[in-house]
Amino acid sequence: MDLENQKRVKEFAEKYGAENIVVVLGAAEGEAAGLAAETVTNGDPTFAGPLTGVQLGLSVFHVCEPEIKNEVDESVYDEQISMMEMVLDVDDIISEMTPIREDFCKYL
Amino acid sequence: MNSVIRGASYILAFAPDMVIHNGTTQTTERTVNPNSEYLKQIKDHLRTFEQVVKYLPNQTYIGNIHPDELAKYEQPWNDKEVEGFGRFGKYGEIMPQDEFIVLMQMCDVFDLVKLEKNFLESTKEKLSQHPLFDESLMNRISEGEEAQVVKKYVDEEHAEPLYNNGELIGCVKRAHDIDINLSAHVMLENLVSKASNVLALLNLIAKNNVNKEEIDYIIDCCEEACGDMNQRGGGNFAKACAEVAGFVNATGSDTRGFCAGPTHALIEAAALVKAGVYKNVVVSAGGCTAKLGMNGKDHIKKGLPILEDVLGGFAVLVSENDGISPEINLDLIGRHTVGTGSSPQAVITSLVSSLDKVGMKITDVDKYSVEMQNPDVTKPAGAGDVPLANYKMIGALAVKRGDIEKKDLQEFTEKHGMIGWAPTQGHIPSGVPYIGFCRQDILDGKIKNAMIVGKGSLFLGRMTNLFDGVSFIVEANKGKEEEKSAVSEDKVKELIAQALKNFASNLLAE
Repeated sequence: MDLENQKRVKEFAEKYGAENIVVVLGAAEGEAAGLAAETVTNGDPTFAGPLTGVQLGLSVFHVCEPEIKNEVDESVYDEQISMMEMVLDVDDIISEMTPIREDFCKYL
Repeated sequence: MNSVIRGASYILAFAPDMVIHNGTTQTTERTVNPNSEYLKQIKDHLRTFEQVVKYLPNQTYIGNIHPDELAKYEQPWNDKEVEGFGRFGKYGEIMPQDEFIVLMQMCDVFDLVKLEKNFLESTKEKLSQHPLFDESLMNRISEGEEAQVVKKYVDEEHAEPLYNNGELIGCVKRAHDIDINLSAHVMLENLVSKASNVLALLNLIAKNNVNKEEIDYIIDCCEEACGDMNQRGGGNFAKACAEVAGFVNATGSDTRGFCAGPTHALIEAAALVKAGVYKNVVVSAGGCTAKLGMNGKDHIKKGLPILEDVLGGFAVLVSENDGISPEINLDLIGRHTVGTGSSPQAVITSLVSSLDKVGMKITDVDKYSVEMQNPDVTKPAGAGDVPLANYKMIGALAVKRGDIEKKDLQEFTEKHGMIGWAPTQGHIPSGVPYIGFCRQDILDGKIKNAMIVGKGSLFLGRMTNLFDGVSFIVEANKGKEEEKSAVSEDKVKELIAQALKNFASNLLAE
C-alpha cells in the first residue's frame, strides 16, 4: 500500500478510534487486495511504510464483497461498480480477504 | 482535412545501475531499511544487456515483433530468449547503459555531467559506430575527468553518482548550491528524460524518411518538471530536446497530464496541424529513473530478475494529410470530465462513449490501445494483467450497451485487445505504444481503425482527487474520397465562373 495512504489510515485510526474505521478496498486483484488488507490489520508486510509493525486490526472489505455490496443502494452499485464486478474474480478476492479478516481484524 | 500519423519511434535504454541507485523503491528502502536483505540481493537479480535485447516484450516495443506475434508466446516471457534480433528495430533501438550515459552528457549544456576519462574514451569509440550519431552530436562530448575528480564532486559537492557495472564512472553535478529544483538529483532525472527523448527523436527522423528541418513544433509529454526555485515546472523540455536533435526550424512546449499526457499531446498536435497552424508536429517523451525497479521487491521475492531495468522513450510525427497515412479523427474525442466521477466504470464509459456521436458500436472499433503495460512485469507484483483488465472493462461496457452478449466477453478481449508489452514507465505504456504498429496495420488493411486511450492518476499530485483520461480514433486515410468531393466542388466553381463570364459578356454586348 502507498506510503502516504498508510499514513492517512494510521492518522484516521488515531483520530476516530480504530473500532470506528472501516477500510473499503477497490483493488483489481485478489493478491493486491490481500496485501492492502494485511497492511491495515497486521502491519505493512513490505516493511516500508508507517504501518510497519503496527497492528491496527481494522475492519477491511473489498467493495465487491457481499458485506459492502448489501449495504449499498442497488442503483448506485449498478452505476458505479457493476461493470467492475463483472470483470473481477470476486471469488478469488473473497478467498484472499476472508482469512486475513479472521486472523487479524479486532473489531468484527 | 484531418491530420495524419506519419511515423513513430520507440526506444529503450538499459539502466541496471540506475535501478539500484535512482529507482524510488530502492532509494526509499535505503532510507527506511539501509541494511535490508532486498538491497543486498538486487545486484544478483539484474539482467545483462544481451538478456534485455533478447527479451520478447522489448523486441516488440522497438518494432521487431508484432503484438499479435508476441501473444503466441506462452507467458511468462522472462524465462525465454528470442533469437534473430539485435539492439536495432524497425521503430527504434535498445541502447546500453554506457552509451546512454554519454548521450546524457551530449544533452547537457551546463557542464553538469562529468565522466571519468577511460570510461568516456572507450564508450566514445563505441558510439562513433552508432549509425545515428553524426559529428555534430559527437562534438557535444566533453573532455574526460580523472577518477578522483569525479569522486570529489560526489563526496564533497552533493553530485549524484553515475555507475556502470557497479563502478563509479561519473556524476551529475548540482546546478545550484541551494535551489532544490536544480539539485543533482533533479538534474539527473531531467537529463535522463531529455536524453531518452532525444534518442527517440533521432530514431523518428532516421526511420521515417523525415527531414529534421521539416519539423515546426514539438510537444514533450513526459512526467518530469524542469525549472528553478522560482518556477519549478517552467519547462521547456521540448525545445531543449529539439535543439540537440537538430530541429532548427522548430519551437515547442511541454504538456503534462500524468500517464494521459501523451494522448492529450497527440490530440493537441492533431488539432494544431488540422487548423493549419503547423504542418509537422512531433509528440515525444523520455523515460523516468524513479520508476526503475518499482516492483523489484516482488520480482526478487518470486525468484525473478528485476524486469523494470529499462528507460522508455517514444516520438510520433503528426503531419498534414498526405492522402496515405492513417488519420486522427478529431470528431471522435473521448473525455473524462470534472463531472464524470472517478469510478473505473465512469472513467471507461466517458472515454468510449465518444462513439455515440456517430452511432458506432464498441465492436466497430477494431483495436483498443489502452494501458499497454507488460503483464510479465505486473503479474508477479500482484497488479494483474493491466491491458486485459482494461479490455474486460470495455467489453463489460459493450455488454451493458447491448453491443455484445456477456458470453462473448472473452472473445471480445481477444479480438479487440492486445497483449501488453511496454515497460512500466508511467506515460510510456499509455495508449501510444501501439501507434507505430497501428499505422502499419491500417496501411496493410489488417484493421480499419483503432482507439488510443490515455488515462492519468491525477490524485498522485495531491492537487485533486480526480482521475483523468482522453481518447481518440485513428482510422484509414479517406483522402481519395475527399479528393473526389474536392473535384466535384471544383466543377461547381467552374460552372459558376462560366455562368458569370457569360453574364458579363452579355452585359458588354448590350
